[in-house]
Amino acid sequence: MISVENVSFEYGEGGFRLHIPHLSLRERERLAIVGPSGSGKTTLLNLIAGILLPKSGRIDIDGTDVTGLSDAERRQFRASHIGFVFQDFALLDYLSARQNILYPYRITPALKLDADARSRAEALADACGIGDKLDRHPAALSQGEQQRVAICRALVTQPKLILSDEATGNLDPESKGRILDLLFQQAADVGATVLAVTHDHELLPRFERVIDFAQYREVAAA
Amino acid sequence: MNALYLAYAYLRFHWARSLVLVVVAALILFVPVATQILLSTSQTALVARGETTPLLLGSRGSQLDLTMAALYFSDERPAPIAMQEVETLWDSGLAIPIPVHTAFSSGGFRIVGTTLDYFDFRDLDFSEGRGLSLLGDAVIGADVAQQLGKRVGDSLVSSPENLFDLDGVYPLEMPIVGVLAPTNTPDDQAIFVDIKTAWVIQGIGHGHEDVVTAADIATGTDALANAAVVQFQRITPENIESFHFHGSQNSFPATAVIVVPNDQRSGTILRGRYLDSENPSQLIEPAGVIQGLVDRIFRIKSLLDGVTAIIAIAAIAAVGLAVFLSYRLRAREIATAVKLGARRGMVLRLLAAETVTLLFLSGCIAAVGAALISRNAETWVGWLLSLGA
Repeated sequence: MISVENVSFEYGEGGFRLHIPHLSLRERERLAIVGPSGSGKTTLLNLIAGILLPKSGRIDIDGTDVTGLSDAERRQFRASHIGFVFQDFALLDYLSARQNILYPYRITPALKLDADARSRAEALADACGIGDKLDRHPAALSQGEQQRVAICRALVTQPKLILSDEATGNLDPESKGRILDLLFQQAADVGATVLAVTHDHELLPRFERVIDFAQYREVAAA
Repeated sequence: MNALYLAYAYLRFHWARSLVLVVVAALILFVPVATQILLSTSQTALVARGETTPLLLGSRGSQLDLTMAALYFSDERPAPIAMQEVETLWDSGLAIPIPVHTAFSSGGFRIVGTTLDYFDFRDLDFSEGRGLSLLGDAVIGADVAQQLGKRVGDSLVSSPENLFDLDGVYPLEMPIVGVLAPTNTPDDQAIFVDIKTAWVIQGIGHGHEDVVTAADIATGTDALANAAVVQFQRITPENIESFHFHGSQNSFPATAVIVVPNDQRSGTILRGRYLDSENPSQLIEPAGVIQGLVDRIFRIKSLLDGVTAIIAIAAIAAVGLAVFLSYRLRAREIATAVKLGARRGMVLRLLAAETVTLLFLSGCIAAVGAALISRNAETWVGWLLSLGA
């Protein structure tokens, strides 16, 4: 599903450097990435999503070499193949939960907002337990509910890959497990692979595989 | 459409901020346009009144005062001209002279003593009643009727001009016999009487069984004349015959005489006759006087335009800063949109849609305001001009 081969990246001359000789994910796999702050975990997510371009190497997602795409193609690919879940939820305060879920359809021509998308949004919201709160704005939702909205937004486009950046970092311990389980369950329903960055070691048993990113930092240091 | 949808949602959610921006932007657009419409209409109204009055005869002195008093019935009091001048003009056979005597007022509106020629000359129509026919009759302008709540059958009493007038010149009660249709000119703000009636108000003409006392009013019975209790004069069918004028009518006063030459040649001849600076009378072209006034106003307007431009620039800069700060506040949203795959132009399109929506709403409000101003400009300008009278 995902193959990262010999990828190098650096922020400016002599700044942060990252080198990943090899990393791969199977289809529908749930992989956690752990590691100290500043080790490049979020950078890896941005490289896979095509937001950043590596200095060298190849990133292949579902048969597409992301590094060989133009900027416009990478944006389109990201919109149609990848779902993002952020630590701070990144919901828009001026949109209702329903419109936040449908937000990806509003910002790119790669996705078409139709009746299917709308009913999918409602089904996801029902499955996540926020079906009765779709007309509320984020300020009127709890933290857990906001993250559920963010999960629905990541899944509504039926992506092949979910990138989760500390998705449970802002939640209380009780909610963390529930939200992660929910994310896994919904990702499984659409057949998506999950690549999650986390600091929370209590959650690691829920993943199929865990990679300590410190090894890549060592490579970078070397 | 998506950009517009998001822009609308953002503006609606932050409605107070949007409202302030829309109102400020609407004002920036509206004020210069409204000022321009009102000034342009004022100029048209002022110049039109001047242009429809070919020549004006009056005592030598301020041409502007003479024009303002005779055309706009203002408070200026140019020295009166003798009615002999009217007779001289009639005798010349070169023009029709229309005297106007604007020395008195009633209820805050100027009483204009004139002749029937004035109504034909100004092409005035009646919305109610008839024209002047008897001594004491009054025809009122549309605004006078509306503001004083008067109509045909009511009466007006002239305001006493001097509290210490010992000549026994009492205010005159005048029955209203006609109401003029609106014209959006100073005629709407005038009370027209025959010039002889104006002379009666002035005390030049009077009757001998005409005093109405407080007792008359209270009991309905007659009483002997007594200056201590007299309220006003009233001209009735019974006493109208007793009204008379002392002295020669040629010496009676008029504020000015509107002169309507038979043709251009007649006008030129007449102007030539009054060129002598020793002549106590002057014949002027009101259009030229008004144009001079308008030119002066518009020189001041160009200064005002500069001030308006500076204020507009400052206001636009303030709105621009508010929009810029709004964009800064939305940096996180923009970053999210990029991560989710927003196309390159989408962010700019989103911000532009918001700005365009704001400007569109402001433009609509300003356009409605401008249309309202434009539609009522003549009425409001007429009212504004009458304020200075």
